[in-house]
Amino acid sequence: MLELKNVSFQVAEEGTDKEIVRGISLKVPEKKLIVVTGPNGGGKSTLARLIAGIEKPTAGKIFFGGEDITEKSVTERARMGIAYAFQQPVRFKGIRVVDLIRIAAGKKVTAAEACDYLSAVGLCARDYVDREVNASLSGGELKRIEIATVLARKAKLSVFDEPEAGIDLWSFRNLIDVFRNMRETIADSSILVISHQERILNIADEIIVIKDGRVEKQGSREEIYPSLGADSAEAPACDRLLKTMKDGMEDA
Amino acid sequence: MDEIQKRLLMEVADLHEVPEGAYNIRANSQSAGRRSTENIEIISKQDVSGLEIRIRPGTKNESVHIPVVMTESGLKEVVYNDFYIGEGSDVVIIAGCGIDNCGNQDSQHDGIHRFFVGPGAKVRYVEKHYGSGEGKGKRILNPVTEVYMQQDSTMEMEMVQIKGVDDTERTTVAELDTGAKLVVRERLMTHGEQRAISTYDVKLNGKDSSADVVSRSVARDRSFQKFDAKIVGKAPCSGHTECDSIIMDEGRILAVPGLEADHVDASLFHEAAIGKIAGEQLTKLMTLGLTEAEAEEQIINGFLR
Repeated sequence: MLELKNVSFQVAEEGTDKEIVRGISLKVPEKKLIVVTGPNGGGKSTLARLIAGIEKPTAGKIFFGGEDITEKSVTERARMGIAYAFQQPVRFKGIRVVDLIRIAAGKKVTAAEACDYLSAVGLCARDYVDREVNASLSGGELKRIEIATVLARKAKLSVFDEPEAGIDLWSFRNLIDVFRNMRETIADSSILVISHQERILNIADEIIVIKDGRVEKQGSREEIYPSLGADSAEAPACDRLLKTMKDGMEDA
Repeated sequence: MDEIQKRLLMEVADLHEVPEGAYNIRANSQSAGRRSTENIEIISKQDVSGLEIRIRPGTKNESVHIPVVMTESGLKEVVYNDFYIGEGSDVVIIAGCGIDNCGNQDSQHDGIHRFFVGPGAKVRYVEKHYGSGEGKGKRILNPVTEVYMQQDSTMEMEMVQIKGVDDTERTTVAELDTGAKLVVRERLMTHGEQRAISTYDVKLNGKDSSADVVSRSVARDRSFQKFDAKIVGKAPCSGHTECDSIIMDEGRILAVPGLEADHVDASLFHEAAIGKIAGEQLTKLMTLGLTEAEAEEQIINGFLR
């Protein structure tokens, strides 16, 4: 469904070119849930933005449904069936939750339908549907509304950038239910999730580990998951801290 | 009334037909219909053009519509309307002016509105301005609003000018007595070569009086806006002004917040923010399938809702 061929992305930073994504090639087949993981700053979010079209690769090609979309705009990609959930959702003055859901659905949505999307992300629809998507919402509320807008898109490919970050009291199990539900209800759809969360990694069909802008490992969950080991963000914090201290002492 | 006048009435007062309650419709400087009610009396002034609207004390849940429409090019008028709002009443007043100018001469309506709000009275005032027509003649509106608020009265003013008015200078002055409360919500969009100046001078004279003046505006093309809001606190009181604006194209906005505290227990705040539409807002709506232009439209419509 989605294919990246040798995609690179570099930015000019303090006068020198910095390569954030370095020749990544990967495939997202139909009906799969792919989890992209790896250390912070490794290029995961940039990869998601390249897929959504918010950034354009400096080299390489992106194909969607067999068509070269490298030069296609954000809007064109959205209309072709790519949805993207922001890691840090955007606030709007005056635009209501129901307005965003209607825009996302691309058609008239009844209040009852809009409420279904909100209920799916654990928000009491009645309290939220007419709220403005502004600074009065907490980060966690905003994040769930962001996920609801992606649900309403019913896209062939949905990309989530760290959906678990900041969802406060709402449990991971619900988030996993959301993914499961999407796979069941949207025909032939795939999901690409950027995540460190063990429980999300656990439901992946495939795991891709990205580090320093490159694909470090890629394969089925059974293959990759056990090897994540202490590098995973899910490893006990103390272990990681100890390791860092040890590395630091050795460097000194 | 002709079709253009009916359309203007729709735009400025949401009127499809004759409104309920008291009303006076002014079309091309003539009265096109008037009704007083038992509690609300509308009479013509003798010395100058305009109306005296008297609302009896204790009048509840009644409304007055006084829309103005102009379709004759070159018409210029100054109208003086005085509102006397009786003690303890609770009313809605809907004004507004629509100008359609197809000719080459300027059309101008300057409405001078004075409100004398009695003790404990509650008023909601809605004023919409709208212009249309392809002529070279300008559509000019220069409203002056004076509000005198007695003890514990409340006034909510909604001022809207979204389209088609070439030139406007709006002046609003208010004086508030003990416990009086003024809330102003202004929404403004200018485009083309339009110019809009909005000046407020609010005096909080009485103890525990308060004013909240908020303007949301969008300046497109080469239009210019000035928002000049001054609050003077002469007693223990609270005042807040806010100018929240989006600029587009070559639009320009000047915000001049002014606060004067003449009493140690006066608490006054102002906020002003001017900027273009945030790029990430556009991006978010584009990831939902809108084009950039559609996204802009949604953001502005929401902002000016």
